[in-house]
Amino acid sequence: MSFSNKLRNRIGNMTDTNLLTSITIVVFIIMYLGAILFLGEGFLKPQTFFNMLNANAALIILSCGMSLVMITGGIDISVGGVTALCCMCSAVFLDHHGGNVIGAILISVGIGLAFGLIQGYLISYLEIQPFIVTLAGMFFARGMTTIVNTNPFNVVNEEFVALKETRIIIPFMGYVNKAGNYVNAYIEIGVVVALLIVAALFFVLKWTKTGRNFYAVGGNRQSALMLGVNVKRTTFISYVLCGLLAGIGGFVYFMHVGSGSASHASGAEMNAIASSIIGGTMLTGGVGNIIGTLFGVMSLALIQNIVSSVGLDQAWWTGITIAAMLCLFLVIQSIVMSRKSGSVSADAGTTADAKKG
Amino acid sequence: MSDRYIKEKGAAGFFKSLFRHQIFIPIAALLLLAIFNLIVDPSFFKITLGYSSDGYPVLSGNLMTIIDYGSELAILAIGMTLVTAASGGQDISVGAAIAISGSVVLRVLCGTDSRPEVLQAPIIVAFLISCVVAMLFGAFNGTLVAYFKIQPMVATLILFTAGRSIAAWINNNELPIVSDKTFTYFGGFIPGVPIPTPFFIALLCMAVIALALKFTNLGLYVQSVGINEKSSRLNGLNPQMIKFMTYVILGLCVAVAGFIKVSRLSSINYSVIAKDIEMDAILAVALGGNALSGGKFNMTASILGAYVIQFLTTTLYKMEVQSAALSAYKAIVVIALVVLSAPVVREKLTDLWKKITGGKAAKSQA
Repeated sequence: MSFSNKLRNRIGNMTDTNLLTSITIVVFIIMYLGAILFLGEGFLKPQTFFNMLNANAALIILSCGMSLVMITGGIDISVGGVTALCCMCSAVFLDHHGGNVIGAILISVGIGLAFGLIQGYLISYLEIQPFIVTLAGMFFARGMTTIVNTNPFNVVNEEFVALKETRIIIPFMGYVNKAGNYVNAYIEIGVVVALLIVAALFFVLKWTKTGRNFYAVGGNRQSALMLGVNVKRTTFISYVLCGLLAGIGGFVYFMHVGSGSASHASGAEMNAIASSIIGGTMLTGGVGNIIGTLFGVMSLALIQNIVSSVGLDQAWWTGITIAAMLCLFLVIQSIVMSRKSGSVSADAGTTADAKKG
Repeated sequence: MSDRYIKEKGAAGFFKSLFRHQIFIPIAALLLLAIFNLIVDPSFFKITLGYSSDGYPVLSGNLMTIIDYGSELAILAIGMTLVTAASGGQDISVGAAIAISGSVVLRVLCGTDSRPEVLQAPIIVAFLISCVVAMLFGAFNGTLVAYFKIQPMVATLILFTAGRSIAAWINNNELPIVSDKTFTYFGGFIPGVPIPTPFFIALLCMAVIALALKFTNLGLYVQSVGINEKSSRLNGLNPQMIKFMTYVILGLCVAVAGFIKVSRLSSINYSVIAKDIEMDAILAVALGGNALSGGKFNMTASILGAYVIQFLTTTLYKMEVQSAALSAYKAIVVIALVVLSAPVVREKLTDLWKKITGGKAAKSQA
């Protein structure tokens, strides 16, 4: 059997999820190699990669939540607003009320959880459209942020600043700067949190009953119901988890920026959706993968990095390139899906996916 | 009181049919808001006849503000209703598309100079070009949705991300200002007419869509595609073409709304113009009781929904809510409305109502 035949067979046997994720990973690696080849040294430094992680740790967490919800066939556009609200509440608690870091973390997680619980209840048990509920959630969160405190400000709480400044040094990855000093490569705490969450969710989605239920509900609600899956509860759990992750993501974002502002994380929900889609999660539900989402976020970050190193630093280029990339991935997904459904019957595909994912 | 109404079957039946009617939701919301305002401050409804700086009569007051600023929303709601009904999804790029079409208008009017003394092209030409551009962007969304079968919200996310960047790029990130007086008429007042012009433009759009719905099969086809795409194909319709069409129509609506928006300011701010208007337009459709998952629609209810949203916004401004905090209150109202109109909740409420009245009837018998 020739190589191309083998490859075709492999692709034919792949589940939708794995296929789309593989496409993303391959594109990411090609882009990175291209960046190293054409844009030179900067991208060879490990710190460039770590900086992308540092800047996008919160987005990774938000996108994970978004992927969960999208796998069950829903959407949550309140995550950006919740992030801003978490930042602002934590900041106010730390600086104006003399709070401590543990309290701030609890506040963030609590806010996220509250949003998740309420939105989840409205969507799954009262059967209101997720778009409307989370849209209202977003409005509410953004408005509340301004009500809590109008003006942006930097947090000066010592305990928090110490936490914010904490760097985790990665050995052997540093570089020698122009002055001849050795600079250590580092990541922030947020990155560790984000990667832990990615690992945990990967495990949950792959090997737990709840995780498999997410795929079943997203793939086909009716048949999931017939198979005895508690559809409402599964949907509810997905929104609660998404809210919780938005809360955690909010605090990670707060740790990165160290200030409270109503305009924080504006457009984060759209970036999270875009990352999830680029990572191979489909809005129709039932298809998706957390590892893909991670690469989706990184692809977005990489594109932004490339655009600014090419010298197209006018703000509008970022928007246009991200949109072009999103468009490309959507068309690829659409073509891949229609080809696959041409070869295998749609039903068989869904069941196989629910089984293997 | 309530007992008597239940005993009178006719009245109860009337109320039942009223509750079931789709237009009940926006009307009830409108009434609630009106009553609320009447209690808090009756002067809310005062309309005064004043004179503009040029000495022409001008009506002002909160109601005028509502019909003035609600126009763009109502125009967008027309297109959004069709898109929602046909494709079962929403176009979230309308705000960005308004920025693009507004930018095109200014570009054509100003030419290469960002602050020209005289207009470089007739206003009608600028408007028509912006219509073509907006319809092309609508066609782009429509192609992705209809032919590539991408979910509407995701497909329009592309333009949502890129739109404001494209708008800035069209004018080289400059902020052109039109100094011509005629241009301001479309977003303000025509000399001698005391009612704001946008309202007339909105009325014109409503008349056009009403005629189109009455004399063409547009409404029927759109609904049948939204209800069941497969069976409408089997019945000889071309669902892809119809979906595509709705997006082009929305593009046209966007162009009109964008034209009004830039005419109000005679300039543009790429990142702020029509911000969050997509959310308001979608809310208008939802408030009109239309299923956001497609199918049957009621255009009147949608348009009414748009004005309800504007009513709400104006009310909140009147109560001196900060514009940034506005969204929080809006969200609460929206949630309350959708919860009350959710089928599950309505069923439960009806059951509860029956239990209460049933219990009373049993008591009175005993």
